[in-house]
Amino acid sequence: MSTSTPVAEAPSPSHPVESLLRMDRMPHIWCPGCGIGTSMNCFARALLESKLDLNKVAIVSGIGCTGRVAGYLRLDSFHTTHGRPIPFATGLKLGNPNLKVVVYSGDGDLIAIGGNHFIHAARRNMDLMVVCINNFNYAMTGGQVASTTPLTALATTAPYGNFEPPFNLPYLAESCGATYIARWTTYHVRQLARAYQEALTRKGFVFIEVVSPCPELYGRRNRLGSVLEMTKYFKEKSVVRNGAPTHELGIEHQGPIAVGKFVDRPRPTFLEAMNEQMRAKLGDKFVPLETPS
Amino acid sequence: MRKGDGMGDSAKPEPSATMPAGKAEAATEAAGEEKATAKRGPRGRVFINEERCKGCGLCIAFCPSQVLERSERFNSKGYHPPDAKRPEKCTGCDICGYFCPDFAIYGVRITEKAKNKEANDKEEKKPEGPS
Amino acid sequence: MKADSRGVLTGAHFLSGNEACCEGALAAGCRFVAGYPITPSTDIVERIAERFPTLGGTFIQMEDEIASSIAIQGAVWAGRKAMTVTSGPGYSLMMEHIGLAAITEAPCVFINVQRGGPSTGLPTLPGQADVMQARWGSHGDYEIIALSPNAPQECFEMTIEAFNLAEKYRVPVMLMSDECVGHMTEKVVIPPAGEIEVYPRRYTSLPPEQYLSYRAEADLVPQMVKAGDGYHVHITGLTHDERGYPIINAECQEQLVRRLVDKIRHNADEIVSFEEYNLEDCEIALISFGITSRVAFRAMEMARAEGMRVGLVRLRVLWPFPEKRIRQIAECARAFVVAEMNLGQMVFEVERCSAGRAKTFLAPHAGGTVHSPQQILDVIREAAR
Repeated sequence: MSTSTPVAEAPSPSHPVESLLRMDRMPHIWCPGCGIGTSMNCFARALLESKLDLNKVAIVSGIGCTGRVAGYLRLDSFHTTHGRPIPFATGLKLGNPNLKVVVYSGDGDLIAIGGNHFIHAARRNMDLMVVCINNFNYAMTGGQVASTTPLTALATTAPYGNFEPPFNLPYLAESCGATYIARWTTYHVRQLARAYQEALTRKGFVFIEVVSPCPELYGRRNRLGSVLEMTKYFKEKSVVRNGAPTHELGIEHQGPIAVGKFVDRPRPTFLEAMNEQMRAKLGDKFVPLETPS
Repeated sequence: MRKGDGMGDSAKPEPSATMPAGKAEAATEAAGEEKATAKRGPRGRVFINEERCKGCGLCIAFCPSQVLERSERFNSKGYHPPDAKRPEKCTGCDICGYFCPDFAIYGVRITEKAKNKEANDKEEKKPEGPS
Repeated sequence: MKADSRGVLTGAHFLSGNEACCEGALAAGCRFVAGYPITPSTDIVERIAERFPTLGGTFIQMEDEIASSIAIQGAVWAGRKAMTVTSGPGYSLMMEHIGLAAITEAPCVFINVQRGGPSTGLPTLPGQADVMQARWGSHGDYEIIALSPNAPQECFEMTIEAFNLAEKYRVPVMLMSDECVGHMTEKVVIPPAGEIEVYPRRYTSLPPEQYLSYRAEADLVPQMVKAGDGYHVHITGLTHDERGYPIINAECQEQLVRRLVDKIRHNADEIVSFEEYNLEDCEIALISFGITSRVAFRAMEMARAEGMRVGLVRLRVLWPFPEKRIRQIAECARAFVVAEMNLGQMVFEVERCSAGRAKTFLAPHAGGTVHSPQQILDVIREAAR
């Protein structure tokens, strides 16, 4: 990604990713310094750098702060129900396999209420890129405990401290069959953009966890300081551990955060497996999906 | 494995009036660097859309060349947008542009061609002198 | 436009209602089904799983009904005609996504092969107790269309009708079958493709710069697009304006939800459908639908043989309810007898429309089997007193 920095021949007044944003909907709703904005910034750059046909890229999100991402990107964008972007994206992808479908949602949406769909789409190796912005709580509704909240952390529905062990998302994703797994924080803007770009080239169930600050809710309640301090914690406590075993990647409250690329193991996607099976069994009688006219 | 600092080069030490005498060589080197920069001009330029800024401070904190500082001005939403305090230090790396959650700032590299073009534009804009 | 002949199993067949639903979907051009096994609907998707790969269709068994009911909407926005199939407990799980289809105006079909309820109820036996749920099951204000087949032949025809109505009005359409109709086998005649009318998706011909996702036409239905064509649509379940962008205030709510509801209510005259028997001189009007209507027909014949002036209105479309016709009948009939396989659901609609002009009686049944003609006749006699 060496030429990602724009070069000024005739400097223009617009931000490099504006062409991908619905500028008529700016400013967005996210709090000052919210990591979602940064992550979307990096994602937009990866999209532009990828040279994908942006008419064929569709983004699907659920409900929550991260769910609003779909509304701000100028792509075919779908803001669906809580927990259900993955099955919607499944139908979208199977309905038109030529689409590049990205699911962009939060930890509460994808892993708790959406958990069942997450594990099955990974199991099936559905050709979906799933970006999970993990801010360790349900932010949109005011900062409730989530299935990713670290032990002992405070949340509105865990006012005496969380005693439920959280998920280790890369471990969960790997155990369900995800073929590409990476984690970065919103501090690692360059690596994140590179990871997005690489992920966009992969087929199958791709999972990127982005550890993100929620300064107004999770941060304030746990006295983690401003977004600057939270991001500095990411900087200081992150450890790059490419290829590390995913069962070691759990995050303790204010503990080390292992980042990097952990899994990159392609295997047949749902459609590849289905088409192969149908051909084998039906021979000439198998009629694959026609692209919708 | 390197620790997760993806920022690339760390900033070079800046000359300071309080620098101890033992670091004189470093100070001279830094001063020389400044002269060189002043001669060839900044390698990059930062663009700031003040109205979009929400004052999070990420660009200021993570600029590798410490180009930016918080201004005293308010935008219409009541936030202090950044100022390019040391624009000559800007390398156009665009780290600010990557961080900004509000797309309020970005940096660009300045090429020789662009510098020449700018110089030419300035020439053309000069009012006609008295005859 | 006419049906694609590749999906039409022309000929005379001996099919169950469920099998006929599969053939109806294929004839209508449906090529995406997402479903989850649930008795007594499972045989529909089993046949689909066999038939679809030979016809360019995709079937996926999702992990639950919640996933199925939204996967079909993803397929709709990819450009497919899509359907899901379920029964009571699964139908309840799908309610949130029926609301999503309503507010995003996604044309899709939900087949509910009704069984005894509530909860797990009678998995292998019929019921008709989901009819109010079909109308009101999701939260908020919205309208849907619901059809009620009474024979395998109608399962075939009404599935096509369901898809056509879904496309015409950009609305989720319910096919309210039941275990009895679903599992009975009868002659089903499937005509040549050239005789089957299929309503195409109302795609816009405007270029992206001029297109607005939810700017409605004269019939209150907006033009459709699909992902991948450069329109960069934004589709959200939040209350939205004509651009599709969320606007969270009362004015936008009034504009959007009012149109969603009027879209069906103002077009109700074209949508309602019923059959009438012996209404010209009737004193007692039997109202029934689905499998119960076949028993009601027999009861009407028995009553006529006893000299009672009984007619029958068989509802083909349950929702929107044929208010006008019921109000008309209430002017001349003395009484309504509503025969339904539940403890009183459509009877409230009849009573509401009658507004006291004709007395309304209910011939209920808790479900598990069909009424006997005698059970309905007993209520007719009571109404005749």
